[in-house]
Amino acid sequence: MPDTLSVTFAALADPTRRAILARLADGEASVKELAAPFSMSGPAISKHLKVLERAGLVSRGRDAQWRPRRLEAAPLREVAEWAETYRRFWDASFAKLDAYLDHLKQKEQDDGHRA
Amino acid sequence: MATALEPGVTRLGTPSDREVRITRAFDAPRRLVWAAWTSPEHQREWLTGPPGWTLPVVEDDFRPGGKWRRVWRKEDGEEMEMTGVNRVVNPPEKLVSTERWGPEWPETVNTLEFIEENGRTVVTLTILYPSKEARDAALQTGMKEGMDIGFVRLEEYLRKLA
Repeated sequence: MPDTLSVTFAALADPTRRAILARLADGEASVKELAAPFSMSGPAISKHLKVLERAGLVSRGRDAQWRPRRLEAAPLREVAEWAETYRRFWDASFAKLDAYLDHLKQKEQDDGHRA
Repeated sequence: MATALEPGVTRLGTPSDREVRITRAFDAPRRLVWAAWTSPEHQREWLTGPPGWTLPVVEDDFRPGGKWRRVWRKEDGEEMEMTGVNRVVNPPEKLVSTERWGPEWPETVNTLEFIEENGRTVVTLTILYPSKEARDAALQTGMKEGMDIGFVRLEEYLRKLA
């Protein structure tokens, strides 16, 4: 069983699937509506939707005839938080390391190079 | 050959399908940068992440096969744990370790290399992802900005939800 974040990452790796999610961010839509901007067959779009559903990114509405798809934001929030945290983490830590290295250099000088 | 890098500038690149490489120069000799990186006592002073976070727990066994674990804590009590194993330890040149942010996150293999030039040290951190998909997703969700307009829209939406 692959871990959930890897499944989310894999689902997001495709530009068509990201475009579908971006469309769903504006509100729920039918498969036909979702397929409209793409030069793709219905089954091809359905395949992408299945990947997104398995990743928990898209769910189906209750309307039995229309079956609108809707965005499930929780897994995305997790991914966005992960990446943003990672980037900020290194930026901020490196800045601190600069200052800390200055402190270590100063300490060595004060100790008369007994490092 | 490493090109002349200005200290203070963090660079990001993609040397292969599954990798992200972060490069940063420090205005200090290599033995100091290595020391600051490879001791829990030193790590606590700088590896603290964004403002508002501290690093109260550092366990780091710098023998090959030794485990490491770090727990960061935010002012509001939120905690973040990272664990891994140090695979290759070659002072003061190279450190290869695995990294995982909790059991649900993808494990990466991180290679740290320290190169000294004219009293400065260039640190290269190469992060190897389990797949190209994982790497691309990581890049597109914030490590490199402006790559995907569709996703930027999603992020705006998520901010509204938060």
